Amino acid sequence: MDSEVSTRVSVKGYIRLPKGSQPPSLYEPYRATIKRAPLKPLIILPHTLSEITGPIFGHEKVREKDNDLTSQHAGEPIGERIIVHGRVLDSNGRPIPNALIEIWQANSAGRYRHIKEQHPAPLDPNFSGAGRTLTDERGAYRFITIKPGSYPWLNHYNAWRPEHIHFSVFGMAFLTRLVTQMYFPGDPLFTYDPIFQSIPDEKARQRLISKFDLENTQPDWARAYKFDIVLRGPEATPFES
Amino acid sequence: MRADTDLVPTPSQTVGPYFRIELTTQEHCVKCVPGPQAKGERMWITFRVLDGNRAPVNDAMLEIWQADANGKYKHPDDLQPKQLDPGWIGFGRIATGEDGSCVLETIRPGPVGNGAPQAPHLTVAVFARGLLKQLYTRVYFAGEAANDKDPVLQLIPPERRDTLLARPDPARPGYWLFDVILQGDRETVFFDV
Ligand SMILES: [Fe+3]
Repeated sequence: MDSEVSTRVSVKGYIRLPKGSQPPSLYEPYRATIKRAPLKPLIILPHTLSEITGPIFGHEKVREKDNDLTSQHAGEPIGERIIVHGRVLDSNGRPIPNALIEIWQANSAGRYRHIKEQHPAPLDPNFSGAGRTLTDERGAYRFITIKPGSYPWLNHYNAWRPEHIHFSVFGMAFLTRLVTQMYFPGDPLFTYDPIFQSIPDEKARQRLISKFDLENTQPDWARAYKFDIVLRGPEATPFES
Repeated sequence: MRADTDLVPTPSQTVGPYFRIELTTQEHCVKCVPGPQAKGERMWITFRVLDGNRAPVNDAMLEIWQADANGKYKHPDDLQPKQLDPGWIGFGRIATGEDGSCVLETIRPGPVGNGAPQAPHLTVAVFARGLLKQLYTRVYFAGEAANDKDPVLQLIPPERRDTLLARPDPARPGYWLFDVILQGDRETVFFDV
């Protein structure tokens, strides 16, 4: 079947996602999936040029201070200053350099600067909650930000999201495109959060939790959290079709 | 250096309702896929995203990836012996409005591949609150002769293929219509990539 779909040029396939490492489409405890999840089977697509290529996007739009969410306004934002850093790797362990990472988050009171946000917590005039950066040649990235607060949502009675930062990552291919959320270690809300719990595989779920990092914590200034991101890697041998 | 192998990939999590504060701000959304100078038949595609009740999904984000008018991608792994249109972008990113729709400007892409080529198509990733991971689909063009031989369309049960066909908008020349129906009878075909 591959030979029918592939073109005559050399095409690298990408590793298929291990079972259980990703959330299902329909996960009823997360109520918004009920009317939005496709219910017909997905069509398994052999990888063609259209999937193994992808945008190398946004580089000209990244400014030097875009990775420091505490320096975007006249004053300092309120909250606990933190460093969030890590590496973007593929599943073969190779670093992914020059990848665009975009993040967005609530402020320290659990409020997003968004027109539809309803939570009656204060906005912080010194915090927009959005940033971006590129990975270096080692695949490493670093943000300075404020620890986001937890916020309530309408999914079920007394539903609160664990503290999290939204991450968007562009890898080398359109099929490695990843949007995810980073959590903080030891959050008591993990047990009750259907978005976090939607990942069947325990090891994969643990990938979403950053690690407290004393080594990179800066004395008298900011605690550090390490969050490595693993994207799908290419198949070991490129195949010729 | 330590060689980590077989690392479990990071799971996807929903983009949630608040992605607009970064991903589709005026500065970071891309409504014109080819760039202003690109060669080809210029067209505008009105996407509409609907849920299982046919209600408009007003908090979705679409990302589009496509080849230029010759069927060449702007990417180092595209080894086809073709010239890339200078200034070509090939990527779009846009959020839906209150009515679940959004309009993207592009050109009709060329066929990809030089053996048994794929018919002109756009690759689309759909993100939204309620989607724990993005959905992949493709936009093909109604009336395109190459559709009959397209190897990807052949993988789809015949009765579902037309969910991937954009149709000319009878009201506006140059405009095409494409509905992304997340669930139900006329559910759009989505791919496991
Ligand atoms: Fe959030």
